[in-house]
Amino acid sequence: MAHENELNLKATELRLGLPGTDESEDMVSIAKNNKRASPESVEDSGSKANSAAKSGDHETSSASKAQIVGWPPVRSYRKNNLQSKKAESESGMYVKVSMDGAPYLRKVDLKVYNGYPELLMALENMFKLSIGEYSEREGYEGSEYAPAYEDKDGDLMLVGDVPWDMFMSSCKRLRIMRGSEAKGLGCAV
Amino acid sequence: MQVVWLSSSLALRDLQAFILHSCSMQMDPKLKKTKDSSSNSANSPDSTHSSFPFPDEVLERVLSLLHSHKDRSSVSLVCKDWYNAERWTRTKLFIGNCYSVSPEIVARRFPRIKSVTLKGKPRFSDFNLVPQYWGADVHSWLVMFAKVYPFLEELRLKRMTLSDESLKFLATSFPGFKALSLLSCDGFSTDGLKAIATHCKNLTELDIQENGIDDFGGGWLSSFSENCSSLEVLNFASLSSDVSFDALEKLVRRCKSLRILKVNKSISLDQLQQLLVHAPQLIELGTGSFQQELTPWQYEDLETAFSNCKNLQALSGLWEATSLHLPVLYAACASLTFLNLSYAALQSGELAKLVAHSPNLRRLWVLDTVGDKGLEAVGSSCPLLEELRVFPADPYELDLHHGVTEAGFLAVSHGCRKLHYVLYFCRQMTNAAVATIVLNCPDFTHFRLCIMNPGEPDYLTNEPMDEAFGAVVKTCTNLRRLAVSGLLTDLTFKYIGKYAKNLETLSVAFAGSSDRGMQCVLQGCPKLRKLEIRDSPFGNAALLSGVEKYETMRSLWMSACNVTMSACRLLAKDMPRLNVEVMRDEGSDDRQADKVYVYRSVAGPRRDAPPFVLSL
Repeated sequence: MAHENELNLKATELRLGLPGTDESEDMVSIAKNNKRASPESVEDSGSKANSAAKSGDHETSSASKAQIVGWPPVRSYRKNNLQSKKAESESGMYVKVSMDGAPYLRKVDLKVYNGYPELLMALENMFKLSIGEYSEREGYEGSEYAPAYEDKDGDLMLVGDVPWDMFMSSCKRLRIMRGSEAKGLGCAV
Repeated sequence: MQVVWLSSSLALRDLQAFILHSCSMQMDPKLKKTKDSSSNSANSPDSTHSSFPFPDEVLERVLSLLHSHKDRSSVSLVCKDWYNAERWTRTKLFIGNCYSVSPEIVARRFPRIKSVTLKGKPRFSDFNLVPQYWGADVHSWLVMFAKVYPFLEELRLKRMTLSDESLKFLATSFPGFKALSLLSCDGFSTDGLKAIATHCKNLTELDIQENGIDDFGGGWLSSFSENCSSLEVLNFASLSSDVSFDALEKLVRRCKSLRILKVNKSISLDQLQQLLVHAPQLIELGTGSFQQELTPWQYEDLETAFSNCKNLQALSGLWEATSLHLPVLYAACASLTFLNLSYAALQSGELAKLVAHSPNLRRLWVLDTVGDKGLEAVGSSCPLLEELRVFPADPYELDLHHGVTEAGFLAVSHGCRKLHYVLYFCRQMTNAAVATIVLNCPDFTHFRLCIMNPGEPDYLTNEPMDEAFGAVVKTCTNLRRLAVSGLLTDLTFKYIGKYAKNLETLSVAFAGSSDRGMQCVLQGCPKLRKLEIRDSPFGNAALLSGVEKYETMRSLWMSACNVTMSACRLLAKDMPRLNVEVMRDEGSDDRQADKVYVYRSVAGPRRDAPPFVLSL
């Protein structure tokens, strides 16, 4: 019976093979249990082979893992509670990002970032601009751009004032403001 | 004639000693043969010389102080007079398997019942191993109760099926009905709850837990009459739809004796604060959703509300709780003895801070998101801990880097020497760790270890986990309940049979090598009451080796083992007081008995078995 241990070993195994050889075949065949990998699932996981092993595992494992009925022994109510939580956490939290003067908007998944620095760096890369350092007093000093967001109440808020978790749950869309408008927003209240 | 004045402050121990002494003075040697301690024996013992020196009234007065149904069963076996005195004074009925006895038999024996506890389906039905419509319908019981116990006050059901019609019948048939508790039941909807709220004018307890219920909306809560002020227990945490907060608030305000309140996710934090202001006397609280943007004033009000709950002993709910809002609980944590965080996916740091404020914890339930680090914090902060349950946040996740390992369990065992109940879901374990754990905590009464990958060996040595469970049964002499997992050979079961002399419940999955394993358990565990086995290589020889044992047990469940129909038929033929039921999986061999359920019964084979249940 294949155990997860084998899965890990295979992942770090040194093999002779052409670069770019699909690892996915191995992942699918190792994936636990009795279901044989169908050609389609191999294709599927192939495209995922580049993404983090975790999410790749998830795709193949939910496809080919013959979930044993009633195992692990977790009561239905508890399972349903957790599953809905997982679904929420997997759907991603995409918000629109607009930049003053740009012809079209972009979208970012807030769940991908662990905090403000990562988000701001991503925005800087996405729009090819520099946003500057956040300070509570001055806002984003040293830049003509200020990142703002629209919260649940529809108010325009400066990014960075509230804890990250609170920001994630209240941010409805992002807006990168520039010029004089941005300066006004940067003043501490 | 002697007259004995009994003070009501008589200690139960003394009382029992008194009764047992009298028992031994006149125990009929013929009766000693029966070790059956079931409360469902309908056989009245033969009358003997009853030279009990006290009048019946005294005997009845004494016996009415007995509450444990086990003690009452023992008492009823002494002689006919005692049997009668006992049956007239019993007010609480406990039926561990609804099919072990019939409503008629119960009605004949006990005339004065006020409270009933009924359990139905086999436990593995919680894990979808029992098809829908299997049975355990409460209705025929309710019909009998209405006839014979019109003054019924309490009904507690576990794994029973009940319809809205039954709930309506219950609500309208018993004018003094007070307490309804439903755990893991199915077949009803919120309409049924509406009937209870509407008609039960003296309701003190409504406890709805983890049922397969059709939720048609929260309107049922508004059906409580405005005169209803008797509620002491209200638990609707497992229902999903919104209830009218206005109705709830008014209800909480006027029920001054409310001590247990568990609301559902639809109740927000600021609503919770308003409820707490009206009910600072609460002993147990289940919060609603614990995530909401609060203004600083709301946050402070919430903190104050919690710190005003000076009697809080148990806390649960806490859906979506994060480090943002957990601090409001700190003031209330000092008095907590039970903290149920099994619906809050906390990280190690969040748990650490919470338990640091909770030095009096006796029971803790968490999700494995807290990791080994979180459990280390538990070990250092909760020296009085007696029970720990760690549930898997993602039961189907294969990645070993999630959840808890043997390290977490070890850490808790080092710091919490009083630990005696554990339910632990993990992905890796070692024999050495378990051996150390039970050395640290030798008082385990309940040891339920679930290594989530079936057949997983000791991850360091690659050996079976036999020695782990061997250590458990050798060291923990008070062990009453055991659930095993991991790669296990017959050796585990040899150990269990040899050492687990107090074992009452054993759960086995994907374990064992041959019939010998199960035989060892059946031969070696004198107090075994419930044995449930799935996906293990035990066959006919094992099944039939327990032929004389099963009548001393409540039930046996075997699914996906190697048992055939012919062996089941043989068992059924030899033991008429056992019900042997088989359910077959679709498309399986006619000779295979895929699911076998064996239980003792004085009521004969079921009369309500659906077509897919074969009563042999």
